[in-house]
Amino acid sequence: MLLSYLKLAWKVLLRRKFFTFISLFGIAFTLMVLLVVVALFDHTVGAHYPESRLDRMTFAQFLHVRYKDGGNMNTPPSYYVLDKYVRTLRTPEKVSIASNFHATPSYVGNRKLDLDLRYTDAAFWQIMDFNFTQGKPFLEADVKAGSRVAVINRSTARQYFGTEAGVVGRTIVVNQTSFRVQGVVEDVPAMRFSSYADVWVPLSTSPDDLQRVQLQGDYLAIILAKSEADVPAVQAEFEQAMKRVPLPDPKNMEYLDLHADRLIASISRQLMSPLTEYKSDGLELLYPILAGLALLFMILPALNLVNINVSRIMERSSEIGVRKAFGATGGKLVSQFLVENIFLTLIGGILGLLLAYVTLQIISGSQLLAYAQFEMNWRIFSWALLVTVFFGVLSGVYPAFKMSRLQPVQALKASGK
Amino acid sequence: MEPTLTTSHALTDSRATTSLKNTPMIKLSEIEKVYQTDTIETVALNRVNLTINRGEFVSIMGPSGCGKSTLLSLMGLLDEPTSGTIEIDGRPVTSYSDKELAKVRNHKIGFIFQSFHLINDLSVLDNVELPLLYRAGMGGKERRQRALAALEKVGLSARTKHFPSQLSGGQRQRVAIARALAGAPEIILADEPTGNLDSVMGEEIMELLLTLHREANTTIVMVTHDESMALKTERVIRFFDGSQVS
Ligand SMILES: Nc1ncnc2c1ncn2[C@@H]1O[C@H](COP(=O)(O)OP(=O)(O)O)[C@@H](O)[C@H]1O
Ligand SMILES: [Mg+2]
Repeated sequence: MLLSYLKLAWKVLLRRKFFTFISLFGIAFTLMVLLVVVALFDHTVGAHYPESRLDRMTFAQFLHVRYKDGGNMNTPPSYYVLDKYVRTLRTPEKVSIASNFHATPSYVGNRKLDLDLRYTDAAFWQIMDFNFTQGKPFLEADVKAGSRVAVINRSTARQYFGTEAGVVGRTIVVNQTSFRVQGVVEDVPAMRFSSYADVWVPLSTSPDDLQRVQLQGDYLAIILAKSEADVPAVQAEFEQAMKRVPLPDPKNMEYLDLHADRLIASISRQLMSPLTEYKSDGLELLYPILAGLALLFMILPALNLVNINVSRIMERSSEIGVRKAFGATGGKLVSQFLVENIFLTLIGGILGLLLAYVTLQIISGSQLLAYAQFEMNWRIFSWALLVTVFFGVLSGVYPAFKMSRLQPVQALKASGK
Repeated sequence: MEPTLTTSHALTDSRATTSLKNTPMIKLSEIEKVYQTDTIETVALNRVNLTINRGEFVSIMGPSGCGKSTLLSLMGLLDEPTSGTIEIDGRPVTSYSDKELAKVRNHKIGFIFQSFHLINDLSVLDNVELPLLYRAGMGGKERRQRALAALEKVGLSARTKHFPSQLSGGQRQRVAIARALAGAPEIILADEPTGNLDSVMGEEIMELLLTLHREANTTIVMVTHDESMALKTERVIRFFDGSQVS
């Protein structure tokens, strides 16, 4: 019976090409966009190379000062603040301080090469999970001594030296300073703001005066807790430590805050600040907003699907009448439409998956986002497919059920054939 | 003589009981059908008493709107009367569950509609197979064979893969007849089967029904406007304004 239902479903879909196309397109396109957006989201905030221990990490990257006149200042903190108040925390397993990355000119012969440069300490290499294809990271001693050593990524090796082989020990000139290459790592996607760079060098080689006493700077702290369960304890100690940071200008400044946030929370804190006024990380707003947007995005195609399905079944009421007249039970009719709808949605789902895969491949290959690698999220795919099947079934089977309860004569008349 | 019809309650294709002539196949008692629309109430059938015997070929005549189609759909269990009882093969229809009703429609009755009511999305063969699809335990192969046999009877063996839209009116009606025959029902109900066809086509269809009646002893009730066709049947019932007049 199932086989003949499937055969019938296939025939009906082929016979009604326009309807099939609209339905399939709606389902596939919605799923595709959803999957691509989720992949982009996951790419930015999921636990990926080299931040594979993301579940234990928190980030302190924006310092907010509230002024008495109601103004706000929001900048990356200084090295001084992070070094004095964050590095000294006792709960974390490790604390790393690094600069933000900046495009820095470098020259290969006459050709200018913009390299993203980041200054880091030695703990950075222990917290992050870099894949070294050659050499090794620089160490505490290198940072203390201000050694001119660098870790570069593979693309830089290729572009600067023309080869990836044997670049360890060679010299790279960035910002008119010579560094000896100590290690080569796999490329890091540019969306990983806290770890990404082309060239990483010791903090101590920075032209900045690191010890200058000020609030604002160009640095971030990456804090690794001993375990995921320990993150709240780290955050609690962090909050306490921040209370000890003196306000440099108490006459005009009301308070300052700096938080150790999970990656998603630190992004949300900035994104949601117009709504939260920095009073919270804004996740309690961000999640409902994202869910709302997703729902809004899904609701139109879903309504469209429902609409198409309902009118399609109304159109086929005479078919339902005929089938009843020749001995179909209500159950048989409902299962026929059930199979048809599930079949259609599954085809749409597979098409959506293929479309999403192709789109992600294209984005990954386009270098639109440097070194991006996107992954399909199967959990979201399953959920989205489930939702689609739900709407498909509901919109297809409910009217079929109503129709199948009619007397055959009424069903035959309903379509006015 | 009151016949004992204990075996005929079983819903089978068996023709063991078909030899019992003059036993009621369809019996309508005090049938009333009232259509209720917003403001108007139409009495389509008014206290109709009618018995069709096993193996009879009966035609029903009467002016348009007198209730012929209504009567036929009640006989075919496609609708319920407002009051009165319908007995098929000795058993009152009200005693059937939905499932049993479906089974009776499937096994005992083949309906031929005036407007064909073929499923346009299905090929000729699939249309004819339709009643067999709902027959428990029948495999695809047997369905196909039976459908092909029915199509051969109506002379459409060469059109099995066509779709209804690719056929002429007469051909469509023959597909509809093949569909009604495919399940080898004991009763065929035909609502103006020649009404939409020219006279040559009409003759052919009539011949088909007569042959069927002769060879398979099928009980046939046919609504028609055509006096000459009606006269070829065993009994003519005339209706006027919801009541039987002769
Ligand atoms: N679904 C319906 N709703 C309301 N009135 C109907 C309906 N079907 C038939 N009628 C009315 O019932 C009467 C009998 O109709 P019908 O049985 O189709 O007549 P016939 O087949 O003899 O032309 C007509 O007056 C018709 O208008
Ligand atoms: Mg009529």
